[in-house]
Amino acid sequence: MSYTIEGSTGSWEVVIGLEVHAQVISRAKLFSGAATDFGAAPNTQVSFVDAAFPGMLPVINRECVAQAVRTGLGLAAHINMVSRFDRKNYFYADLPAGYQISQYAHPIVGAGTIEIELADGSTRAIGVTRLHLEQDAGKSLHDQHPSLSYIDLNRAGVALMEIVSEPDLRSPEEAGAYLRKLRTILRYLGTCDGNMEEGSMRADVNVSVRPHGAPFRTRCEVKNVNSVRFVMQAIEAEARRQIEVWEAGGTVEQETRLFDAARGSTRSMRSKEDAHDYRYFPDPDLLPLVLDEAWVAELEAGLPELPDARRRRFIAQYGLPAYDSGVLVAEQATADYYETVAKGRDAKLAANYVMGDLFAALNRTGRGIGDSPVSADALGALLDLLADATINGRIAKEVFEAMVETGEHPAAIVDRQGLRQVTDAGAIDAAVERVLAANADKVGEYRGGREKLFGFFVGQVMKAMAGKGNPGLVNAALRKHLGETGE
Amino acid sequence: MSLDPATVRRIARLARIRVEESELGRLQGELNGILGWIEQLNEVDVTGVEPLTGVAQVALKMRPDAVTDGGMADEVLANAPQRAGGFFAVPKVVE
Repeated sequence: MSYTIEGSTGSWEVVIGLEVHAQVISRAKLFSGAATDFGAAPNTQVSFVDAAFPGMLPVINRECVAQAVRTGLGLAAHINMVSRFDRKNYFYADLPAGYQISQYAHPIVGAGTIEIELADGSTRAIGVTRLHLEQDAGKSLHDQHPSLSYIDLNRAGVALMEIVSEPDLRSPEEAGAYLRKLRTILRYLGTCDGNMEEGSMRADVNVSVRPHGAPFRTRCEVKNVNSVRFVMQAIEAEARRQIEVWEAGGTVEQETRLFDAARGSTRSMRSKEDAHDYRYFPDPDLLPLVLDEAWVAELEAGLPELPDARRRRFIAQYGLPAYDSGVLVAEQATADYYETVAKGRDAKLAANYVMGDLFAALNRTGRGIGDSPVSADALGALLDLLADATINGRIAKEVFEAMVETGEHPAAIVDRQGLRQVTDAGAIDAAVERVLAANADKVGEYRGGREKLFGFFVGQVMKAMAGKGNPGLVNAALRKHLGETGE
Repeated sequence: MSLDPATVRRIARLARIRVEESELGRLQGELNGILGWIEQLNEVDVTGVEPLTGVAQVALKMRPDAVTDGGMADEVLANAPQRAGGFFAVPKVVE
């Protein structure tokens, strides 16, 4: 079922391509030895290269190159053994050199693929056109002074990977799935932290619309959208705007637009009319980047298991549904946590606890898997207590909540609170007899045919035993007592 | 190839160089002279020859990922026409 927008003249298909800027994880910048840490005092992480002082020359950071190659390999993309750096020329106050060093004609990584999973369980392969390395610009603050903009060059020169998709996406949902999947892959690879709030991952969104099956029409680029949700909103808003233009008999002009999240609409960036005349040319300060086959092979050998492979393994090894596997592998830390819990235990029960009780507890306490109040080993120990029948399923939920509260080991909680399951037949029989005696009227109804009351008796017996009765034994004892005196 | 006055005006604007109308003719002549000279290179047959991006035929030198620079905001800001605390201050440029 494909996504369309109904206009007054018929239904329209939306065509989307994404350009994602992903900040490379490295200690130093792409072409200088200044630090890349987020949040430092203004202009304290700036070298004379970054500030474009005359005569300063760029020297490329080997790790940034390695990160781009790793990312390319993680996207199943072609690695270009020879690539080149070009100057992209434009004037802006946060770009001191008047040009950005980028890769135009010869990027380091060529065509690849990202497989996205959609809510209905289907998957689609989305083409990646290319990935290239480039410098980030500095940061402008426009709200500090009525007539001045403040410039901080700490970010200037930090390495970015621009990852360009084919115009293969057809709905806001697919675009969101693509971004989330790309972020997951980058995080697994350790090449970008994917933090959109801090701006270490930003998206430019290319949108056009067409009647079904018609050729591509003119696209507009919505710049610098900084969350998955905003990307999805921007696509819909921009598509609706373009449909209105076409249906009113007008023509969509190719232009750069901004998404206004507060208004939920896009607007033109008219001042960038010359912005697309970048006059690229090869940077004479930098020789071609030639990769060594052995080095690329070494980087490939060092790659971690990637999310798609891990998801397939979870399905095969643990017998989990595709959906559960997808949820568990979305974050590496969650997948690691799950595997620690599942090791040597009931894998499906482990998945239920991680995705149910644990996720709920993390949500409630506002914590992440990394600082979970319940460690994977502790949750595993809880499942062991269940498996060896020390406690029953209901008590396990209580113990889990106590673990969230106190961070204590489950065995300690069970011992201190006396939650050990009662398997002593005499004690269970006594409780059953007490309950039946106290509810003689209900016993009569049950025997008169209201069999649904069986659940009531189970509940009463469990209550009488403070929830600690072994459910199987309690059921058996009840059947026995209700049956034998029933004639 | 030859540049018309409008193109010369556009190139100057993109380079943020102010060119008076009276200078356009002279600049157009000079630029066309340079282009004509470069066009002579087209006479050379370069079929099958890899583009040369530099005359130093050595590999691009790489450096290790180590922080070796920065921590000198005052030096970086020393030539700024205007500053505000640790920031460069420039006429407001806003979308």
